[in-house]
Amino acid sequence: MSPGARSEGRLAALLGLPVALCVLAVAVLPMLWTVWESLHRHDLRLPWLGRPRVGLANYAEALAEARFWDALAHTLFFVLASVGLEMVLGLLLALLLHRAFRGRAALRTLALLPWAIPTVVAALVWRFLFEGAPAPGGVPWLADATLAWVPVVLADVWKTTPFVALLLLAGLQSMDEALLEAARVDGATAWRSFLHVTLPLLRPALLVALVFRTLDAFRVFDLVVVLTGGGPGTATEPLALYTFGALLQELRFGYGAALSVIAFGVGFALALAYVRLVGRR
Amino acid sequence: MAELRLEGLAKEHPGGVVALRELDLQVRDGELVVLVGPSGCGKTTALRLVAGLEAPSRGRVRIDGRDVTDLPPRERDVAMVFQSYALYPHKSVRENLGFGLRMRGTPRPEIARRVEEVARTLGLAALLERRPAQLSGGQRQRVALGRAIVREPKAFLLDEPLSNLDARLRAEMRAELARLHRRLGATMLYVTHDQEEALTLGDRVVVLRDGAVQQAGPPLELYERPANVFVAGFLGAPAMNLLPGASGLALDLPSTRPPEPVIGVRPGDVALVAPGTGHADARVEVVEVLGHATLVHLRLAGSGAALRALVTGAGSLAPAIGETAGVRLATERLHFFDPRDGRRLELSGPTGG
Amino acid sequence: MRLALAAVLAALALGLPLWIAAVGSVSSEAALFEGVTLWPREPTLAHYRALFAERAFWEPLRHSLVVAASTTVLCLLLGSACAWSFARLRFRGKAFWLGALLAVGMFPQISLVAPLYLGLRALGWIDSYPALVLPYLTFAMPLAVWLLAGFFRELPVELEEAAWIDGAGRLRAFREVVLPLAAPALVATAIVTFLFCWNEFLFALSFTLERQTVPVAVALFRGQYRVPWGEILAASLVATLPVMALVLAVQRRMVRGLTAGAVKG
Repeated sequence: MSPGARSEGRLAALLGLPVALCVLAVAVLPMLWTVWESLHRHDLRLPWLGRPRVGLANYAEALAEARFWDALAHTLFFVLASVGLEMVLGLLLALLLHRAFRGRAALRTLALLPWAIPTVVAALVWRFLFEGAPAPGGVPWLADATLAWVPVVLADVWKTTPFVALLLLAGLQSMDEALLEAARVDGATAWRSFLHVTLPLLRPALLVALVFRTLDAFRVFDLVVVLTGGGPGTATEPLALYTFGALLQELRFGYGAALSVIAFGVGFALALAYVRLVGRR
Repeated sequence: MAELRLEGLAKEHPGGVVALRELDLQVRDGELVVLVGPSGCGKTTALRLVAGLEAPSRGRVRIDGRDVTDLPPRERDVAMVFQSYALYPHKSVRENLGFGLRMRGTPRPEIARRVEEVARTLGLAALLERRPAQLSGGQRQRVALGRAIVREPKAFLLDEPLSNLDARLRAEMRAELARLHRRLGATMLYVTHDQEEALTLGDRVVVLRDGAVQQAGPPLELYERPANVFVAGFLGAPAMNLLPGASGLALDLPSTRPPEPVIGVRPGDVALVAPGTGHADARVEVVEVLGHATLVHLRLAGSGAALRALVTGAGSLAPAIGETAGVRLATERLHFFDPRDGRRLELSGPTGG
Repeated sequence: MRLALAAVLAALALGLPLWIAAVGSVSSEAALFEGVTLWPREPTLAHYRALFAERAFWEPLRHSLVVAASTTVLCLLLGSACAWSFARLRFRGKAFWLGALLAVGMFPQISLVAPLYLGLRALGWIDSYPALVLPYLTFAMPLAVWLLAGFFRELPVELEEAAWIDGAGRLRAFREVVLPLAAPALVATAIVTFLFCWNEFLFALSFTLERQTVPVAVALFRGQYRVPWGEILAASLVATLPVMALVLAVQRRMVRGLTAGAVKG
């Protein structure tokens, strides 16, 4: 390597150092600690037990626990339902915003609002809509184990569809109009040119939105805490909330750490997929 | 002003791509040397090495005898005019011009004085408060030049400074550059891919190809005695005809070693005559009217080799497409090249026919 | 016509929930109890008054503001330096480091709550500003670096080179040429970072006791007999206002800055 390249490497290391230290202190080391902790029994309510090494017992306990599997299933269901809806509605909204009409700028600004407000606020607004006053349709939505999912998914779709739409809109706007015109000249109907020209060209943007949203939805926490508290019972409890309870309410740090590692494992697999998809472009 | 000396300057990129191999060059105080060649020949790399924007793999750069190879750009006291001009878009013309002086801690009144002076010289006085985006291409070009001039650097490095201008403006700026160079007595290293610019501007011209020097010398010398086929074909417009051997021309070639030499003849040295009276007959394929002259593309009858003739003057033979004409070469102005390595052959006592 | 219909439907779907919440926040407790309305029936500012007079809502607002603002400033300072080296410098493993940084942004935060809690407790930092600023900085950084690096890459490198030749050092050229030109990207990044801090819940809930931020405070509102919806909605609106102001102020840039890195790479 040339001397110039070596000094550039040094400068890069210097400039990146603060960021690297942050990441090390806040993410990497704590994560390693969590892995270590997950191999121990560590119960802050039972301090006299100390912190004996128990191998994979915490993991075994989690895998044998029905509530864990329920939480995992809830999380995956939430991801599927809300991300699926967001992709479809986001695409529709993006196509709408891509057309020229009076008030388009206003609509685009309006779309930014749900995305920008705190999730907690969005959850409260939707809880109010479903429970604050006499319930819509006379149905006690939040008291029913199945129906409680409706406001949860709706709130998430309302809040994050605009994000998907804006990503896809950027994809649409970077697209060469001439291609669509060529398709039209070739006699393609609007539907066919959408299917065969627009969608394939939008693929990268769709992928980014999809994986971004999947990872984010997988971490769902505040929305559920505020909207249903995981209830009724534990009917809408996602993995993050179950883990949070084990850690900061039951104070079972070893067991909670095992749950954390599992959540991390799934999240990491998804993140790797994300980086590979993004990196390939 | 100062003398610029490149000693065995070479640059290889990681991965083994050679951008420049062993360039030795001296630009004397006040001299304008042009590096010319097709894109990718290493000319811009050479300039960036002199500026300090890249580090050479080998070799040294000296300015006025001082070795600056390991100094950062700002300590070399050279100015550079970029192909894209690289004007600071967020600064006014005045700030653009004064930036280099400000970076060097020149006192404010002095900056103001020198900026005004340069702006007057370049006709920018009325534009000082504008932003680059509000200027025309030619005006931007002048600001880029002014930014270099105002600093009174040891040497100017110019990277294709005229290539973004339209043809008319380019010719105008070329003349202005020549005037400026003479007036400032500035040491300049000038990079271009345009052979015409090289020939008209350079005190000396260096032709580069694939990172290696093909020939260096005063423009006329290169034009009249190109050292090899590449230089012969690269310099001069329209380009020199290069015929593989006699190609059916009734030329009395001086006896050489077995391979017949490549014959070079500039289109202006080919005359059209009545069929059967020249060195050969040829069919007219394309006629390009240039205004001051007419360029005729021919195909030689026997060998089928292509030949271009530049016919000047009114009333000259202007054959129609498809017709047959005779061609006569100015035999005392032929160039000969070795077909194996393309090098110039000094063959004396040619030819008649 | 179909276009207009779709636009109206979209506007209603996006805007109506917030409008209903806004109406609720200025309706009397009694009116709220009767049902959701599109227009305030007994308009009153009582909930807002109660918010600030009884619940001291200034406090969480102040904490949120301090945390979000200081994180944003730090994030821009450190992030732009880091992004510039990703955009401009040659060094080994660049793709790996950028990928690793992006992966951190996608981390499930829940996995870090316990160790961070214990660590912060050991340092005596629970309920302090650094307890939030540090994690926020770390999690906001990947997106900030990604957005800024994307923008820096699009700046012509000759501008910096011209500045070096004009006598500026790297740092000076960065300050005089790169930063002013990157202003739109810096604004967009600042807003994304600020929003992230303003909206974050999990860490704020876990690492604060008294110094609650706005989302935590709003989420933990309790009434004596029933849910104090009027005040919750009023607080929601107050929490939304700064965000709304930011978005409206720079929405055009916002959209561009947000999606710059994402689609163009």
